[in-house]
Amino acid sequence: MSDLKYTDATPDSDEREAVDYLVSDPPVRRESERWVISGLGRTRDTRHLLLPGLHQLQNVKGWISPGGLNYLAETLQIPAAEAYGVASFYDLFQLEEPEDGPLHHVCVDPVCANRGSGSYIEELRSEGHRVHESPCLGQCERPPASFVQMTGAENQDLTSTTSVDPQFFSGATSRLLRRFRTNAPTRLESYKEQGGYEALKSAIELGGTRVIEMLLDSGLTGRGGAAFPTGVKWQSVANHQSAPKYVVANADESEPGTFKDRMILENDPFALIEAMTIAGISTGCEKGWIYIRGEYTTAADRLARAIAQAYSAQLLGEAIAGSSASFDLEIRQGAGAYICGEETSLFNSIEGFRGEPRSKPPYPTDIGLFGQPTIVNNPETFLNVLEILNYGVDHYRSAGTPDSPGTKLFCLSGDIARPGLYEADFGITLRELLSNAGGVDGVLQTVLLGGAAGCFVSPQQLDVPLTFEDTKSHDLTLGSGAVMVFSTEVSVRDVLSRLAQFFRDESCGQCVPCRIGTVRQHEVLLQIGDSKADVENVALLEDIATVMTDASICGLGQTAASAVRSALTLGLLDESRP
Amino acid sequence: MFGAGGGTSSYQEVEEADFVLLWGSNAREAHPIYFHHVLKGLKSGAKMHAVDPRRTASARFADAWLGINVGTDIALANAVAREIIAADLHDRKFIDHSTSGFEEFAAHVQTYTLEYASSVTGVPADAIQELAHSYANASMAQILWTLGITEHHNGVDNVLSLCNLALLTGHVGRWGSGLVPLRGQNNVQGGGDMGALPNKLPGFQDVTDNSARQRFSDAYGVELNPQPGLHLTLMFEAMATGTLKGLYVIGENPADSEADVSHTRKLLTDLELLVVQDIFLTRTAELADVVLPATVGWAESEGTVTSSERRVQRVRAAVEAPAGTRDDHTIIGEVAQLLGASWPADTPEALWDELRSLSPMHSGMSYERLEDNNGLQWPCPDLDHPGTPFLHGWLWEDDLGGKERAPFSLVNHEGPKEQLSDEFPIRLTTGRALDSYNTGVQSRGYPSPIRSGDQLEISHLDAASLNLAQGELVRVSSPRGSVEIEVDIKTDQAAGLAFTTFHFPELIDLNLLTNDEWDPKSGTAEFKAAAIRIDKLTSGERYV
Amino acid sequence: MSELQPTEIAISINGTTVSVDAGTTILEAARSAGVEIPTLCWASNLTPVNACRLCVVEMEGSRNLVPACSRECEQGSIIHTESERVALNRKMILEFLDTTNDLSESTELQEFIVRYEADSSRYTEPSQMKDATKIEDDLFVRAYDRCVLCYKCVEACGDDAQFTFAISMAGRGFDTRVSTEFDTPLPESACVYCGNCVGVCPTNALQFKKEFDLRQAAQWEPERQKTTETICSYCGVGCTLELHTQDNEIYKVTSPADHSVTAGHLCVKGRFGWQYVQPPTRRPSSPDMSS
Repeated sequence: MSDLKYTDATPDSDEREAVDYLVSDPPVRRESERWVISGLGRTRDTRHLLLPGLHQLQNVKGWISPGGLNYLAETLQIPAAEAYGVASFYDLFQLEEPEDGPLHHVCVDPVCANRGSGSYIEELRSEGHRVHESPCLGQCERPPASFVQMTGAENQDLTSTTSVDPQFFSGATSRLLRRFRTNAPTRLESYKEQGGYEALKSAIELGGTRVIEMLLDSGLTGRGGAAFPTGVKWQSVANHQSAPKYVVANADESEPGTFKDRMILENDPFALIEAMTIAGISTGCEKGWIYIRGEYTTAADRLARAIAQAYSAQLLGEAIAGSSASFDLEIRQGAGAYICGEETSLFNSIEGFRGEPRSKPPYPTDIGLFGQPTIVNNPETFLNVLEILNYGVDHYRSAGTPDSPGTKLFCLSGDIARPGLYEADFGITLRELLSNAGGVDGVLQTVLLGGAAGCFVSPQQLDVPLTFEDTKSHDLTLGSGAVMVFSTEVSVRDVLSRLAQFFRDESCGQCVPCRIGTVRQHEVLLQIGDSKADVENVALLEDIATVMTDASICGLGQTAASAVRSALTLGLLDESRP
Repeated sequence: MFGAGGGTSSYQEVEEADFVLLWGSNAREAHPIYFHHVLKGLKSGAKMHAVDPRRTASARFADAWLGINVGTDIALANAVAREIIAADLHDRKFIDHSTSGFEEFAAHVQTYTLEYASSVTGVPADAIQELAHSYANASMAQILWTLGITEHHNGVDNVLSLCNLALLTGHVGRWGSGLVPLRGQNNVQGGGDMGALPNKLPGFQDVTDNSARQRFSDAYGVELNPQPGLHLTLMFEAMATGTLKGLYVIGENPADSEADVSHTRKLLTDLELLVVQDIFLTRTAELADVVLPATVGWAESEGTVTSSERRVQRVRAAVEAPAGTRDDHTIIGEVAQLLGASWPADTPEALWDELRSLSPMHSGMSYERLEDNNGLQWPCPDLDHPGTPFLHGWLWEDDLGGKERAPFSLVNHEGPKEQLSDEFPIRLTTGRALDSYNTGVQSRGYPSPIRSGDQLEISHLDAASLNLAQGELVRVSSPRGSVEIEVDIKTDQAAGLAFTTFHFPELIDLNLLTNDEWDPKSGTAEFKAAAIRIDKLTSGERYV
Repeated sequence: MSELQPTEIAISINGTTVSVDAGTTILEAARSAGVEIPTLCWASNLTPVNACRLCVVEMEGSRNLVPACSRECEQGSIIHTESERVALNRKMILEFLDTTNDLSESTELQEFIVRYEADSSRYTEPSQMKDATKIEDDLFVRAYDRCVLCYKCVEACGDDAQFTFAISMAGRGFDTRVSTEFDTPLPESACVYCGNCVGVCPTNALQFKKEFDLRQAAQWEPERQKTTETICSYCGVGCTLELHTQDNEIYKVTSPADHSVTAGHLCVKGRFGWQYVQPPTRRPSSPDMSS
C-alpha cells in the first residue's frame, strides 16, 4: 500500500509472461471500468510472491532488469524501492546486465579452498566462464563445490566436478539414514515399502495431544543448533487457538561445513513431508512451508516431485489419509543469503521482505510467519519425529545419553579419509567419529566443530563426548553438526580470515554491532596477517567479539566471533607464521 | 449539519474506525497529513471505499474504488440508503430515538434501486450493494468528503444525502463514527467561527437571533443589522446588477479563483471602489484602487486559526515582517479609526479575549490553555472544559440533550447543470495537486521537484479517438471560453472525463472554462462539472 | 492460552524499583524513573527497529544484552543501564560508527562519544562510508557518508507515516545503503518531497538545502537561531510547524513529534512551501492607490 510510482522502464515479453504466469490473482482486480478492488489486505496476501517472482525474472534474463522489476513490483503492488531492496539483498540476483553465459558459483570457504577451489576457479576463468566466489555451497563432501546459475534453463548443483555418489555412513545405529541406501527418493511407493507414512497413520490415531506428549517424553531437541525442546515448541503452537498457524522446515542450510539437510532432501524427501504433515495435524497448523536454500536445485526438484505425489495420493491437501485433517505444503527457494537460515529472517524472506532478523521476543511460536504462531524445525529434527512415532519413546531414548537422547547427524569434511554424512549416537567422541571416517588425512591440527559459528577443537580435546551437555561444559558447541578437519598442512590464519570474511559478507547489515563489527574483526585479522597477534590487537578483537556477541540482534552476529575467540584461546595466533 | 458548522470527528477517530468512506475527496494530495491518520486506520485493518470519478492517489489505497459519473452523488447515496433499508441493516433503535422523518425518507428513496443508480452513476450495482453493506455493518464508520461533494450547484443537498446515511446507521455522535468535511484552506473553519459568514455572528450565532445580536450590540455599542448579508456568489450578482459598488478583499484572489473568471474580472474592474489587502500584488490586487500590504498571518503575526477538527490553534510571528506591511487586524482597526469608530489598538490576545466573552463555544480557550494543550476543539465553554473531540453526542442521550430529533432530508438526483452536448461532449472536473495550492500565489514560491504544471488528464480512449499523443498541446473550450493545455493520457481514467488542476492561472487560465452555476443554499459554484470540447491544434496554430 | 497479565509490573532499574503498566518498554520505564538511556535509532513517533543497539542494557538472567527501546518490562526484571559491560558495548558501538561515518554534525553522538570514552584511534585504516553528497533538487541534500543506517528515514517514508516507500534499505551488510530503486535520482523516484525523512534524521545526513548552503558558506551560526511554533498556511488540517530561523530567515521546518495532528510529519507544502514568505522583496511594501 503506497503511492506506487514507477520509472519508465518496461519489461520485455519474457519478463511479462513470467510474472503473469506466477501471479494469477493480482492484488488489483478490475471488476469493471468503474469498480476496482484492491487494498492493503490483498497486497499483503500476495506479497510472498515477490521472492519467486525475482527468481523468475533472474532466470528468464540472467538478471533483474529495471523494467522487469517494475512490472513484478507493480503487479504485486509493491513499491519499486522495496522490491529493489529485497532483490539487492540476495547474492543470486544480479541487478546489472551481465555478460552472456552461465554464472559459476565456486565455494571458497575453508574446506573447498584447501581442496582445489582456487585452481578450479582459474580453470573456469581461463575458459572464459563467469565465476562468482561463493560462500559454502553445502557440498563439502565433494570439494571443490560449485553451482551453476543458468539463464533460461534450470540451475545445476550437480556439476562435472561434483557428480559423485553421495557419501553417507552410519555406525551401530541407523535411524535417520535408514532409507537412504534403499530408497528411490522420488517414488512414493518406494517410501511406503520402507515403512513410510506409518507414522502419520499413528499420529492420526493418537491425536495431537498424545503426539506432543511423546515428543516431550522423548527429549527430542532441535537440530538446527539451538537445541530447543521440540515438544515444547509444538505444544506452544498447539495451545494457540488463533488461525492460521504454520509449520516451517528450515532447510536454508548455509552453515559452512554443513550438508545434512541437502542429503535428507535429496535422499528421503517424503520423510520430511510426512513429518511436517504430522506437525500440522498435531498442532492445528493448516499450512507448511519448506524453505530451501536457492543453491540446492537437486533437492528442491526432488522435493517438489515428492510433494506432487503426496497430493495425488491424498497425503497432502484435504482429508489426509482418510482423516478429516487438511494440510498444504509449499516450497520457497532462498536466493543466496546465509542470514535467511535465522528463523525470523526466513519468515521475512518468505513474506517478500528483506531477510533481516526480527527481535525476539516475540518468539515464532507466538508471532511467526505472517505474524501467526509458527513451528520452525530443521529437517533433521523432523526426521526424528518419525523415529519416535514409529518405534516409540523408549526405543528412541535407548540411544544417546539421558540429556541428549537419540542419534545425531555429523557432516565430516576437510582432511579426512572418507568425508560424508555420518549418523552416530549422541555421546560418540570426536576421536571415534574421525576414526569411523577413516582417520585424518595427515597430522591433525584442529577441528572446527559446528561450522563457521562454531569453535576450534584442539587435538587434546578429541575425547569430549559429543552431547549437548558435554560440549557446553567444554565451551564448545555441536551447532549444525559440522566437523571440519584441518591437518597441519592448513593455515589456520587463512581459515580464520576466510571465516571472518564469510561473516562480513553474510551480515545482513541491520544492526551496528554485526554490520560494522564483522568488518572490523576481518580488518584486524588481515592486519595481524602472518605476525604474532600483539596485545592491542588481541584486546581489540576481544572488544569486537564482546559487542558482537552481547549486542547483536540475532545469532549470526552473536556467534560471528566465536571461532576467532576459540582460536585465540587455543593460542592458534600466538606464533607468527614461519 | 444538524445545526453546527464543523466536522463531527477528531482526526484520531479515523485511525480507530473499521470502515472509511472517502467521497469526492483526494485527501492523499489535498490533505496529506489528515490522510496519514486514514492510513494508520487502514494499517490496523480498516477497510476503505472511495467514491470518485477518478481513481485518485487516495482511491488507490482503497479496498474498493467506485468510479462515479460527475455530479451523480445523490443518486448513489440514495441507492446506498435504499439498500441499507432493504437489507434491514439500518439502526432502528437509533432512528426511533434520535431522528425524525424516517418513514418519508424510506419512501422517498424507494425509486433509487441499485439498477437505477447504476445506470445514472456508472457504478456497477454490486459495488453499490457492497458499499452499503460494509458501511452499515461497520461498528465505527467515517464519511469523509471535500469539494467533490460541495462544489456543485446542489452541494448542500449532496452533503445532506451523506448525512442521511449516518442517521440511518447511527454512524454519528459517538467516538469513531462521524461525518468529516475536510476544509480546503487553513482557516476556512476559523473564518466561519469568527462570523465571516453573511448570516452568522461569531460562534455560529444567527444574525437573526435577537438575543445573540443584542449581546454583540451591547459589547460594541452599536446596533447591528439583523438582515443576513450577501455571500460571495450573491455579491457578484449584486455587482452585476450594480447594487454593490465597492468591495474590500482580504487575502483572496477572486480574479483567478472564481468560476467563469473572465466574467468575474469584468465585474471587479467595473466596481467604483476595489480595496485589496494582501501580501502579494495578486491579479485581483492589480485591478484594485487601493492595495494595503499585509503581513503573513502564520509567520509574521500573532493570532489563532481553526482546523478541520475544530481545533483552535495559535499562530506566531517567527520572522519580522518587511517594512511597510502591517498585521491584518491593525489595518482593519486603522481603517475603522479613519471611518470614525473609536477602536482601541488592541493586541491579538485582547481581541481574542473579547471574542471569548461573546462566543460561548470559545469561552474556555484562553491563549494560555491553547498553548498548553496544543490547541482545543470547540465547543469549549469554560476554562475547565477539555474541549470537544466529537459533536452530536446528544443524539445518544436519553433526552437528546433537550434538542430536536435530527431530521432526514429528502433530496433528489439532478445531475450537473451544464449538460454534455454534441458541441461540448466531455465532462471537465478539477482538483488539486499535492505540491500546489489553489491559484499558486503561495505554492509557486518554492521549487518543487515534482511539479508538472496544469495538464489535462484524459482517458486513453478519448486520446485515441482525438488522435492525441502524450504531452500534446490541445485547445479546450467550454461555453464560456478556451484555453490551451497539454494532455496527460491516463490508462485508467473513464472515457468522457477530463481532469485538471488550476494552480497556474498566469499560464493557463482554467477558470475561463468552469461553470459559475451556484448552489443557492451555500453560494458555492459548480467548479466540479463543466462541459468541454477538446480540439487538436493543427500544426503551427496558436490560439490568441 | 492467554493468561491474565498483570496490568502493573514492578522492575528494578539500577537498584530502584519502578512500577509501570504492562507493555511499557524498558526505555520508557527508565525515563519515567529519571534514568536516561542513550538512543540513536529510536524515535517516539516511529516503530522501534532496535538496529543501532546503543540503548542495550543488562537484564539479569539474559545471556545477551537487551535493547531498552523495544523490550517490554517483565515482572521482576533486574535491569542495569550503566554497568561496565553495558558501557563497553556502547563504547564499541560508538567506535564502530565513528570509524565508519562523519558524525561531526550530530552533537548528541559527539556527547556520547565523550561519555563512553570511545577511541577511534585504535583502528587502522578502517573501511568507511565515503559516499558523495547527493544534491538532486533545491529542497534537501543526502550526505550518506553521515548515514548510520538507523532506518528512521525508511520508516518515516514507509508505513510509520508517509506510505510512499520511495526509499528502502538496499544491498547487504556493510554495503547496505538507503536507496531508491536502482539508485534512481530522487526527482524521478516515487519521492513526494514531504521531507519526513529529513525530519527524523539524527546525523544530518539528510539536510535542508538552505541549511546545507549556510554551512557550506560558513554562515551557520547556531547562537543566532531560534524556533517558533505556528500553524501551516495551506490546507485546513492545521499542522503545527516549527519554523527554524537564523536571524530573520527560515532555514528549516519541522513539526513536534508529540502533536496529535502531525505526529511530527508534514507534507511537501508544509515542509517546504514557506519560501513565498522570503525573500520579502516581491511583496508590496506601502499602500498603493495608483489606479
